[in-house]
Amino acid sequence: MPALPLDDAGPYVAAAYLVFLALILIYVSIMATKLGRVEREIGELSELVERREREREEERV
Amino acid sequence: MTFGRGLRALSIASVVLLTGAFALVFFYAPNDADQGFIQKIFYVHVPLAIVALCGFVAGGVYGIKYLRSGDRADDLRSYVAIHISLILAVGVLITGSIWARAAWGHWWVWDEPTLVSFLIVFLLYACYQPLRFSIEDPERQARYASVFAIVAGAFVPLNFMAVRMAESLTHPRVLSTTGGAMPGDMRLTFLVALAGMACLYVTLWKYELASKSASIQLRSLKRRLAGDDGLAPLARSAAPQQL
Repeated sequence: MPALPLDDAGPYVAAAYLVFLALILIYVSIMATKLGRVEREIGELSELVERREREREEERV
Repeated sequence: MTFGRGLRALSIASVVLLTGAFALVFFYAPNDADQGFIQKIFYVHVPLAIVALCGFVAGGVYGIKYLRSGDRADDLRSYVAIHISLILAVGVLITGSIWARAAWGHWWVWDEPTLVSFLIVFLLYACYQPLRFSIEDPERQARYASVFAIVAGAFVPLNFMAVRMAESLTHPRVLSTTGGAMPGDMRLTFLVALAGMACLYVTLWKYELASKSASIQLRSLKRRLAGDDGLAPLARSAAPQQL
């Protein structure tokens, strides 16, 4: 098959590179969502620790 | 256990190498005499394919390590290696199809061994996650998944060699024992793109390992603090849940 002229080949090349970029972006955004969940869980955990400390303090008083 | 060590340096190296590679692709490497501008897809498609296949093999190697040592971290490494490779393999199939459409006039050619063999490898590994998910006991899950990763990992180079020995049809052969037909500037561009893709793979692998390890440790800490009664039982998951 003869080589495609630049005008016709351009969109295909752009599409291929955009697919690569999109895959990486989707992956990073999914990982960012998971990171948000981890952050929330750490918040819950520190709340739990604070509550325990308060309870211990009250028991001592 | 810290999986995130060196992640910053790796991320910077990936960005620099990939940006450099794409700059070389569009401003340095000449257009192919036969295919013209469409050949530029090669610089993203082939490194993706090589790195994805190497990642599948790495998943098998960590599978062997897990079976030898029983260390859950090796199971996690194997799982994440295969997971990232699967994502890259999706990229290989899509970019390959785009190139095929432009070069051959078809999105897919069923009688081309290179394409079909890669699809078989992809579909084989697509079974990995459902296999893990179907097993509830974490010990058995890790063991069976490792055996799968080893067998499938051994299949990858065998499959590659079988395709090389097959009568070549239309898929171009760029890398061969005679060095292929790439001139120096194209070769340099390709090697930089390959190094960038390999770096990106390792970065994503370590990134996901660090994320999964943090989640697992956090859950374990929560369980220790709240006690088993305070939390819902662990939901079934394809990903390793213990370290």
